[in-house]
Amino acid sequence: MRTIFKTSYDPDINLFKDRFHRLCYVLLCVVLILFPFFLNEYFIGELTLTLIWAIAGMGLMILVGQSGQVSLGHSAFMATGAYSVVILQSKLGLPFILALPAAGLISALLGVLIALPTTRLHGIYLAILTLAISVLVEDIIVLAEPLTGGVNGMFASDIVIFGINFGRYSNIENLYWLVLFTTILLVLVYKNILRTPIGRAFASIRDSEVSASAMGVNVVLTKAVAFGVSSFFTGIAGAFFGHFATAFNYETFNVIMSITILLMIVIGGVGSIHGAFLGAIVITLLPVLISFLRDFIFQGTSINLMALPGIETGIFSLILILVILFEPRGIYGAWLKTRTYFELFPLYRKDMFRRQKSYLKTERLR
Amino acid sequence: MEILQLIFSGLASGCIYGLIALGFVLIYKATEAVNFAQGDMMMIGSLSIISLTSSTALGLSLMVAIPLMLILMALIGFLIEKVFITHITGESQIAIAILTIAIGFGLRFIAGVIWGYDPQTLESALIGTYYNFGKLVISISEVLVIITTLALTLSLYYFFAKTKIGVAMVAVSQNQLAAYYMGIPVKRMQSLTWIIAGLLAGVAGFLYSAKSSVDPITGLLGIKAFAAAVIGGFGSLPGALVGGLVVGLVEPFAARFLPVGYSHLMPYIILVMVLIFRPHGIFSQTYSKKV
Repeated sequence: MRTIFKTSYDPDINLFKDRFHRLCYVLLCVVLILFPFFLNEYFIGELTLTLIWAIAGMGLMILVGQSGQVSLGHSAFMATGAYSVVILQSKLGLPFILALPAAGLISALLGVLIALPTTRLHGIYLAILTLAISVLVEDIIVLAEPLTGGVNGMFASDIVIFGINFGRYSNIENLYWLVLFTTILLVLVYKNILRTPIGRAFASIRDSEVSASAMGVNVVLTKAVAFGVSSFFTGIAGAFFGHFATAFNYETFNVIMSITILLMIVIGGVGSIHGAFLGAIVITLLPVLISFLRDFIFQGTSINLMALPGIETGIFSLILILVILFEPRGIYGAWLKTRTYFELFPLYRKDMFRRQKSYLKTERLR
Repeated sequence: MEILQLIFSGLASGCIYGLIALGFVLIYKATEAVNFAQGDMMMIGSLSIISLTSSTALGLSLMVAIPLMLILMALIGFLIEKVFITHITGESQIAIAILTIAIGFGLRFIAGVIWGYDPQTLESALIGTYYNFGKLVISISEVLVIITTLALTLSLYYFFAKTKIGVAMVAVSQNQLAAYYMGIPVKRMQSLTWIIAGLLAGVAGFLYSAKSSVDPITGLLGIKAFAAAVIGGFGSLPGALVGGLVVGLVEPFAARFLPVGYSHLMPYIILVMVLIFRPHGIFSQTYSKKV
């Protein structure tokens, strides 16, 4: 077991806990950068998709995990990102390297616009409002046909930066490296936001709005900033998603997608960046695993699981139910428990991670 | 006359939304949780009554099939509570919301496996029986929907306001710990709530199947019912019905008088407006929190 002796306050806010920790992440980055040399195109594509989902997951994580607001409408921001990056490139002729942050900013603007009048809402009401917004955005896309192509959708051309092609089908390795670079950048942004005053304000309104405002935190502003940052991340993810899918329409960004992003971070573990990545891995691995199992069972017993429509959602919901019932902290929580068990080997107690259950009390006082 | 016709059909579909919203409100009132699976429970009710009465499946008469379906739905509500919800009482509202979303997905998957994804209709004399009053055409199923909904709302209102069990259920939601101290069997009250919600979903399902065809995706109707529940203010039973009627009435009028494509937006626009300007619904019950 490693023990860190803290002689100043710096270790509490450093990005890495110690040198070993830093070494691990550097190694991870190196391995990720080298992946395209070992894998075939299919797996690189899946990896790229995983990273895109992870960016979207980080976006929602800032909102749910750090500032304690729930959104069931993040597909709206994905859609905004995807549509604006393509429209900015095709209609205004902006290069991708400018269109990407612009798309993120447009999503962020939408996020703040939604957040400002609704900061009085919390919990369930906010979830329902964002659900309605995601349905509305889907319909608005259809209605704004001259801009968005209506029901037919849009085609995203290959990404080109300074003459280098990052096409989905022509140069998937390049696209992978581009997404990986953006992901690492965004992880650093995320980590650093948490170290700033606004990041600590997020945590304070998550834990108690009343005490946060008593300590001088501007609740309305903080919530709006949280929404803005969150939708910026999600917009970037949407922009990449559009280019990854190459063709998309309003149906790509439906309510199911919003719920998927939320379920992703719940399965991964709410409240940590690791959770977003673990959830993204589960999301992209699951269809691959299911199709593999399908073939396996079909060859062994000639039971055709193809006949069961929607088996993916079925298995997905089952996993989610099991996670919420038995491991509410998600996969990352399970990993933390195992690690603590080995670090403290004979001294681990069963209830160390137990959450205190609270008795329910209504907020509708009467 | 056309206006009257629009009002009438709006009332009938509004009553269905209202019934689903009643299910939301009931569970919210008694357990402070939102059941995102209510629409899917309704869908299960519809499909099972269709199967029970269909001449190719069981071919029972409606008088036998309805009680059977209601028993099934009560059982489903009971099981959802016993197997899933009890284990996470005391955790955050959001955990329960996500859990019920997952249950909704699961129910949709099960329905897809059992019934397939083709729309199905109820075989009954109720469908296609119309009465003409001048130019006004009234179908008997619509009358049935309106009367049943009114009766159910009134009796539930009475149940929560006057009966001992109803008051106990409200007490459980207002302060669980105090309810325990007063000797109220909290867990049993929660089971009962879910059973009643299952019954409500069953009734809504039957009425919906009497009006239109059903497939596993029908459960997504629940999102519109959310609009209804929020407009009424989550936590008020008459409010849920009023909200349902507002949504139901707005839809046919928007479809008639607005350009194509906009009518679908109206319920959500109203929902967003209500949440922005009157964050806790028209029949608001919220007071600011005391520290």
